[in-house]
Amino acid sequence: MSDLTRMSAAALAAALRGGDVSSVEVTRAHLDRIQAVDPQVHAFLHVDGDGALEQAAAADERRAGGEDGALLGVPIAVKDILVTRGMPTTCGSKILHGWVPPYDASVVTSLRAAGMPLLGKTNMDEFAMGSSTEHSAYGPTRNPWDLHRIPGGSGGGSSAAVTAFEAPLAIGTDTGGSIRQPGAVTGTVGVKPTYGGVSRYGLVALASSLDQAGPVARTVLDAALLHDVIAGHDLMDSTSIDVQWPSMAAAAQVSDVDGLRVGVVKELGGEGYQRGVRDRFDEAVRLLVGAGADVVEVSCPHFEYALAAYYLILPSEASSNLAKFDAMRYGLRVLPDDVAAPSAEQVMAATREAGLGDEVKRRIILGTFALSSGYYDAYYGQAQKVRTLISQDFAAAFEQVDVLMSPTAPTTAFKIGEKLDDPLAMYLNDIATIPANLAGVPGLSLPSGLADEDGLPTGVQILAPALEDARLYRVAAALEAMLHERWGGPLLDRAPELDAAA
Amino acid sequence: MTAVSTRSTTAAELMPYDEALSRFDPVLGLEVHVELNTASKMFCGCSTVFGREPNTQTCPVCLGLPGALPVLNAAAVESAIRIGLALNCDIAAECRFARKNYFYPDMPKNFQTSQYDEPIAVNGGVDIDVDGQPFRIGIERAHMEEDTGKSLHVGGATGRIHGADHSLVDYNRAGIPLIEIVTKPIEGTGRLAPAVARAYVGWLRELLLGLGVSDVRMEQGSLRCDVNLSLRPDPGAPYGTRSETKNVNSLRSVERAVRYEVSRQAARLATGRRVVQETRHWHEDTGVTTSGRSKEQAEDYRYFPEPDLVPIAPSVTEVERLRASLPEPPAIRRARLQADWGFSDLEMRDVVGAGALLLVEQTVAAGASPAAAKKWWLSELARRANDAGVALDELGITPEHVAAVQSLVDAGRINDKLARQVLDGVLAGEGSPEQVVSARGLEVVSDEGKLSAAVDRAIAGNPGVAEKIRAGKMAAAGALIGAVMKEMHGQADAGRVRELILEKLN
Repeated sequence: MSDLTRMSAAALAAALRGGDVSSVEVTRAHLDRIQAVDPQVHAFLHVDGDGALEQAAAADERRAGGEDGALLGVPIAVKDILVTRGMPTTCGSKILHGWVPPYDASVVTSLRAAGMPLLGKTNMDEFAMGSSTEHSAYGPTRNPWDLHRIPGGSGGGSSAAVTAFEAPLAIGTDTGGSIRQPGAVTGTVGVKPTYGGVSRYGLVALASSLDQAGPVARTVLDAALLHDVIAGHDLMDSTSIDVQWPSMAAAAQVSDVDGLRVGVVKELGGEGYQRGVRDRFDEAVRLLVGAGADVVEVSCPHFEYALAAYYLILPSEASSNLAKFDAMRYGLRVLPDDVAAPSAEQVMAATREAGLGDEVKRRIILGTFALSSGYYDAYYGQAQKVRTLISQDFAAAFEQVDVLMSPTAPTTAFKIGEKLDDPLAMYLNDIATIPANLAGVPGLSLPSGLADEDGLPTGVQILAPALEDARLYRVAAALEAMLHERWGGPLLDRAPELDAAA
Repeated sequence: MTAVSTRSTTAAELMPYDEALSRFDPVLGLEVHVELNTASKMFCGCSTVFGREPNTQTCPVCLGLPGALPVLNAAAVESAIRIGLALNCDIAAECRFARKNYFYPDMPKNFQTSQYDEPIAVNGGVDIDVDGQPFRIGIERAHMEEDTGKSLHVGGATGRIHGADHSLVDYNRAGIPLIEIVTKPIEGTGRLAPAVARAYVGWLRELLLGLGVSDVRMEQGSLRCDVNLSLRPDPGAPYGTRSETKNVNSLRSVERAVRYEVSRQAARLATGRRVVQETRHWHEDTGVTTSGRSKEQAEDYRYFPEPDLVPIAPSVTEVERLRASLPEPPAIRRARLQADWGFSDLEMRDVVGAGALLLVEQTVAAGASPAAAKKWWLSELARRANDAGVALDELGITPEHVAAVQSLVDAGRINDKLARQVLDGVLAGEGSPEQVVSARGLEVVSDEGKLSAAVDRAIAGNPGVAEKIRAGKMAAAGALIGAVMKEMHGQADAGRVRELILEKLN
């Protein structure tokens, strides 16, 4: 049974379609794998075995009834920031401990409609604030390539789950790189769709203008199949785009880069990027050239200010979005110790003090300050101007080229604890991924190999203009095919076996 | 933070109103919050019906549950634009919502989604009538926002948070669409300040009713008025420090609150004290304002554009379509109605001043004569409304009821005295006037046999009186009529009784 967990989602779908295997069998295999390896990896905060098997049986029935959805019966893990009816949703925070949402996120509704059993909820940095999953209130997730290292963040649970073959697919969310950077450091594929491409309804907001849910997978085609399931206009999200999306799965099967104009972003590379990350990036670029792509260097001069602008806009929005966690209606409620008859305000303060972690408090304080009267123009206002300039940089670049490329993250996975006391070093992990969020353009991270110096996975990032998500899949599928040929198989074949006896 | 506490206040010193006005010039500002009567809330599909069981009209969006997102109610935007146009405002080509951040348990998200620096309507003005004098009120802005939930403080003597054991929150109201209409500073009212305030709010109610955008029921809180007032030594001086008196929820209270604040502030200023910039609470029962929270340390709401909503950009075509849908402007409507009804200027002013224009119009439409409609609303019903401390249209008597009562009178089935009992029955919830008449047996006795017998008994029982009438002293008939009416419990046509008495004694 264990080989079912090694199969791609596309291969599983084909096996299900061919009647070679049932969804119940596939789902049970993944639940067994979770039971075997998750004690070491800690990718999951909640596993819903009974629910997943019930949904698998229902999927099998639907197939028996003649239905044939692209991923019907293929199980999936969901980042614990998307609300799930009847299943706890904590956002990696103590303040939501025990909360069971009364409704499903629109993405979850789409997954259920597609007949995809929900295995459980994956670990994350608290409220998606972090690049390592160390900021989860429920303990860190470990990178299956090296259990002493981080799996990226904030969606380290989703990336680790697919890396460790605990799930064929997962949903992540990406506010500044939280799908792509974990993809890079775990050797998996992660996609941040165009802002507005996937509904945010039911995605617990970190920064509303930046957040976007997307696929986490082991192959480009798998990500594309999942993207097709979750994308689409949603009346419940005012920022959702009302367009007819082309099939990403079809794009992922075109695999042609002849004549493609590729821009290498001058500002996203060089100094500050690990040697092995740069080497693998250069190799990927050379492969594209070899396949007929025209590669040029492009400058996006304002990307230099992206990180600073991001760390004003994100905390500002987050300080407001996270105000609702106040113990009045749901979640944790802590009464202050030394007060006989506390006021609502005192209960709010005590609860937030006890229920929110340091990184969350740090950003709430930053955001509260940045929005304060007298500082708004200097901070939030200026950051919005930078945001506009970054969008203009993208627009200018996309006049010259079809896609942009850069390394996804400046380094390979670092050790757990290494950057925990240095927030700025932690923030720098997202330096290459943040511009896409600020401009709302889509981005994809593809495994590019292993760094020579530490043998750990590296990733390349491909960026396309807004609405051109399909272009990402076409280019990534071509590059993936060339890389697999070069490696003699998928990168994850080279990941160490986890000790399943633990 | 909104620390809401009621500071203990001793009764404020007051300067007699006339003296205050002889020494100071008042400047008014009125902020009116109107709940729209859209079927659903501002940002979700929940019902807006008033008075349902607490927390039964809620969903993830208006409860602010994690992950929920707002979707703007297009009908609310239309109403906002129509209100803006009716106030002669400019409609913004593009505007946005913002978040007003502050922590309070009745606000599910701990921010209110409201318009801030980009209101949908700006820079208007309206002409109102104050005791027969036209008065221009400038409109600063009208903007959209969502209502908060409603807190119920349990265990305290006052119903306020101070002294309460615990508080309950009803989120049925959370997310109901509100329009806030803010005047420019109103100068030059002089001693008419209270009347101007009342006339403006009354005028606004009439306008909103005519637009059909709100139920404007002040006692249900669907129209809430904040009264800002400051005094200055003379009309040329810079504005003084203002107080903001919140939730003044009847026309009469608006007038009283202005008058009270003029007297209170004048007493302070005259004795060398300053007016504190603060929120004040209006106490309907005692007719005073008391200090709420100080606004001297300006609260920082950390406004920023709401990222979960997209900008609102009504097209010129859309705005013009809405403009074309506006009802007749109030001044033109009044002139038309006055001509139709044949009322004098004075009569018309009485009707308007009583806030009865629409009611009279509707009563006439329901079949009553203009004179009868005016009589009912301006006398009997005005008295009842005044006693109950509510506006005329909040009394519980509809124009259809009034027309039905009048039609019963016209048919001779009841007299005016019985009509008042019919109104009692309608107010007691006993049904339509017709139903009350039959259930209470109020109809005038037209059975000649019964009446004749009663007259006979009255004559027999009062031989002295009967003798006087026979002797030609017609004025004595009153005593016999009274005796008959008493026996008939008032349910007789007094004119007919008189006729019968005279027939029998002559």
